[in-house]
Amino acid sequence: MLTAPKLDYALLAPMLIILGAALIGVLIEAFAKQAWRARLQLVVALGAIVISFEQLFRVRNQGSSIAAVTSVSIDGTGIFLQGAILIFAFLGILIIADHDNFAPQASALPGSPEEAAAIQAGKQQTEVFPLTLFAVAGMMLFPVATDFITLFVALEVLSLPLYLMAGLSRRRRLLSQEAALKYFLLGAYSSAFFLFGAALLYGYSGTLSLNGLTDAIRGSGGNDVFLLLGIAFLSVGLLFKVGAVPFHSWTPDVYQGAPTPITGFMAAATKAAAFGATLRIFYLGLDSAQTSWKPIIAVIAVITMIVGSIAAISQRDMKRMLAFSSIAHAGFILTAVVSLNQNALSATLFYLLAYGVATIGAFGVITLVRDSAGEVSDVNRWVGLGKKSPLVASVFSLFLLSFAGIPLTSGFVGKFSIFSAAYESGNIYLVVAGVLTSAIAVFFYLRVILMLFFADSTNDSVSVVIPSILTRISISICALITIVLGIAPSLLFDIAQDFAYFLR
Amino acid sequence: MTTSTSLVYLIALPLFSAGLLLLLGRIADKWGHIFATLVSASVFVIGVMEFFAMQGREGEARAATQKVFEWISVGTFQVDASLLLDQLSICFVLLISGVGTLIHIYSIAYMSHDRDRRRFFAYLNLFIAAMLLLVLGDSYLNLYVGWEGVGLASYLLIGFWNQKPAYATAAKKAFVANRVGDVGLSLAIMIAFTQFGTVTFAGVKEGASGASAGALTAIGAMLLLAAAGKSAQFPLQSWLGDAMAGPTPVSALIHAATMVTAGVYLITRSNFIFDASPTAQLMVVIVGAITLLFGALIGTAKDDIKKALAASTMSQIGYMILATGLGPVGYAFAIMHLITHGFFKAGMFLGAGSVMHGMNDEVNMRRYGAIRKVMPITAATFGLGYLAILGVPPFAGFYSKDKIIETAFYAGGVEGILLGGATLLGAGITAFYMTRVMVLTFAGTKRWDENAHPHESPFLMWAPMAVLAVGSVASGFLLNSGNALVNWLEPVVNESHEHHSEHFLPPLAISAMALVVVAIGVAFAILKYRTVPVVAPENVTGFTKAARKDLYQDSFNEAVFMRPGQKLTAGLVKTDYKVIDGLVRVVGWVIQISASSIRNIQSGYVRSYALIMVLGVLALVAAVWMVTL
Repeated sequence: MLTAPKLDYALLAPMLIILGAALIGVLIEAFAKQAWRARLQLVVALGAIVISFEQLFRVRNQGSSIAAVTSVSIDGTGIFLQGAILIFAFLGILIIADHDNFAPQASALPGSPEEAAAIQAGKQQTEVFPLTLFAVAGMMLFPVATDFITLFVALEVLSLPLYLMAGLSRRRRLLSQEAALKYFLLGAYSSAFFLFGAALLYGYSGTLSLNGLTDAIRGSGGNDVFLLLGIAFLSVGLLFKVGAVPFHSWTPDVYQGAPTPITGFMAAATKAAAFGATLRIFYLGLDSAQTSWKPIIAVIAVITMIVGSIAAISQRDMKRMLAFSSIAHAGFILTAVVSLNQNALSATLFYLLAYGVATIGAFGVITLVRDSAGEVSDVNRWVGLGKKSPLVASVFSLFLLSFAGIPLTSGFVGKFSIFSAAYESGNIYLVVAGVLTSAIAVFFYLRVILMLFFADSTNDSVSVVIPSILTRISISICALITIVLGIAPSLLFDIAQDFAYFLR
Repeated sequence: MTTSTSLVYLIALPLFSAGLLLLLGRIADKWGHIFATLVSASVFVIGVMEFFAMQGREGEARAATQKVFEWISVGTFQVDASLLLDQLSICFVLLISGVGTLIHIYSIAYMSHDRDRRRFFAYLNLFIAAMLLLVLGDSYLNLYVGWEGVGLASYLLIGFWNQKPAYATAAKKAFVANRVGDVGLSLAIMIAFTQFGTVTFAGVKEGASGASAGALTAIGAMLLLAAAGKSAQFPLQSWLGDAMAGPTPVSALIHAATMVTAGVYLITRSNFIFDASPTAQLMVVIVGAITLLFGALIGTAKDDIKKALAASTMSQIGYMILATGLGPVGYAFAIMHLITHGFFKAGMFLGAGSVMHGMNDEVNMRRYGAIRKVMPITAATFGLGYLAILGVPPFAGFYSKDKIIETAFYAGGVEGILLGGATLLGAGITAFYMTRVMVLTFAGTKRWDENAHPHESPFLMWAPMAVLAVGSVASGFLLNSGNALVNWLEPVVNESHEHHSEHFLPPLAISAMALVVVAIGVAFAILKYRTVPVVAPENVTGFTKAARKDLYQDSFNEAVFMRPGQKLTAGLVKTDYKVIDGLVRVVGWVIQISASSIRNIQSGYVRSYALIMVLGVLALVAAVWMVTL
């Protein structure tokens, strides 16, 4: 006789709520009146996020390694990251709601008569909201999944909507669709590696769960060709998602092509989800085989920091520059993966939240700087913006300073705690590389700030649009968090420390 | 020790008021000055209540402390933001808030035509808060915060009319000179911390008894440097004259009565350091003696009434510093002179302000003359201050200054004769230049500009002057009757009970000598200034020329510090550009090149991206292989 598997609904509820809301969103898209659609979608999406967060808050001190049999383990790290992803989703959706950024009809070919007709009729489709919610659900599942099937499903659930969303940009449609296709092709490619790696690990251990893998490594020793190949291939899938060199090539193109609000959301939330899964796999599943992967990940961390920081210097496009900056940040966080201690774990949690908030804010600001043809992301055309719109330029500078890790911003605290954890674990060369590349990175952040404030404007066609109230709220919250965490980091740091544990 | 809960209000009230007035901006223009004055007055009332409460307690319990919050806690190093109100600090609290309130009242009228009057009062409140923190902090670090705060307030107020470049420069000069002294204070704090592991007064006092002579001398010397910067003592004295660019009430409050005496407070507060280090004490008396003569000599040649008074302030603080260097006997007299000086010098500055107010802001005394006829009240209050600074009995200065001269003579031996002689000579020169100020301003014939229509100042201005004049008359007698102040301060400065009965000169003889010297100075000035040319004569002695130029102190600073400093920085800039920037440029160039080559890899073709990924996978597998081999 079959018995139904026991599910811990209270712990799974945050994810289920988001999935349910995404389904409702699909129904709204099909049945609601066009005039109401956008508002209804927004309310449902934000409402679901708030309710989900509330439920998450309620169960924050509970935890179970068998929340869904052996597939999902809700623990401190998982709850913290789910909360972070929900915060990113909330802030991201506030900016996404400014639908001026999105194609009115995603299915129409760029420049086709159908598209022109849709624009003229003002028929906005709002599938971006349910897509976002599906992605959020996948992202929430990814860091708590404890077997390879669930991990892979989560990976695909979070990726597929993002591929679509990357192609939704209203302006520069071809660039946007090209980005979406590239993202899809390369994403599928890396997913294949991930799956292949999972298969090899199954071949080695005979089990799909991370716990089983650990036991197998402890039992048989970590020197087996299946295990080593499996680790290598699995890493490819994860490193692709976090954007580590040499699996980063998609990042600049996709960041540039995707609609800017999506880029911000994606950069923040995907990074949190992917690093959550990476940490769980390496801390929990592959901990006992650390001698075989630690040096490699360390080298990748260094290369990622160097390539990200140096390549950012020669970028002339604001979004591409931030893309390379996000690659460099992935390198910084990878040092924490290598450190393998509790301080590194809490530092990563802090870093992911701080970096994500600043990222959403920064891309939110980019959506505001436009000329008659839409967003202006050419760095040279931002010159002198500080004189025209001092507030917007100051807020953007604040985010850049946080990326650069200047004291009194959250970025400084994040970098400091990550590097000190790396130092504690004895990886001093990683700290040296991190500090040196941070110094290089400061150069291009400061160059932008100098351009904003200390150079004279060369043209007057660029202006800052008056942001909608939702965008304004989102950017203000991001700026506020960035400052508060810089001045009083212990507010979040203590929480991160409490939540920095995994359940086996 | 008593634990108090109300001390913090002494500082919090004016600080809050300053913040409020600055933040509200022009909205508060209508009532800002009244509000600030009321705050200052209420601080004075709290101070008086604290004073009576303190009198009601006995012995050890007189000193009160309050821990406001834990400020720094790093490992074993812990500093609380704690306040200490003892017999010494209450004197300052009353002086600062009392004189401060009078000057607030005066400024209401004096600044009534200034459109930034609210900002001025905000700065005054800020100053009161910082100065009170300076005297109430229970550790050197807390004192340091107040020390920097008064420096800031002083800078803001000297440059209050910063639309005039000369005034802004004066503010900067004061700031820089003060920085030099502040370095001394921070070094003293650091040495104290390395030696004793604590920076509270109580902790350092405890540690000082067992410390090495070298460390104590080093701390003492650094504290003296700090005191010299803040109190305009040799060799950091040059800023005080220029600081007169600030509005006159500022000169009265900050640059005469309170802030510039912070150095005296610092040395008195650190008596345990100086008592244990005779070398540091010797340095203190030398600095004091030089400054008291230096300031007095500059005072003889200044035609600007405020600069003459500033030189006099410098000289009088020289007296106080000298007294603090004379060991346990001197501290109480230094503080007594500080208080009486606070009254009579603030009164005279306000008098000068009153004259300027009536004379279209003319400061050149050669354009004054016969002002007593049009400004009788100003002349009377100024005159009482004049008698007090001369040390004519029974006015305030007689009690305080004579005690210092006496103590100087009793230092014994050659030192005693030299110091006594210096103080006596200083008294004579003081009499000369102060009489000169009196004669040029109030006596003689009119030498006014034709546009000047001098008139007596309004009530709000002369009332504070009158109160200060009463202080100039009576404070010395009151503080000295029954050794009131000396006994009061005894627990803080450890007064030693030695008796000076065997000295070769009885006190009465010294007082008589002082009076004779003063009389000579007065007579000389009256004779010399029977007629006064409107334009300062050019054919004067080399000494007068030097004194007019502040005894070349600025030229000295420029030649010894500024020009070599400029050369050095120019050289450093060159090195920086050629060597360091050159290196950086090479690094930048390398990075640029690698950046553009990375950029070339980023071709935009999915196929090449996929190829990079495959190569990455191969490298990864190879690496795993190598690691496990």
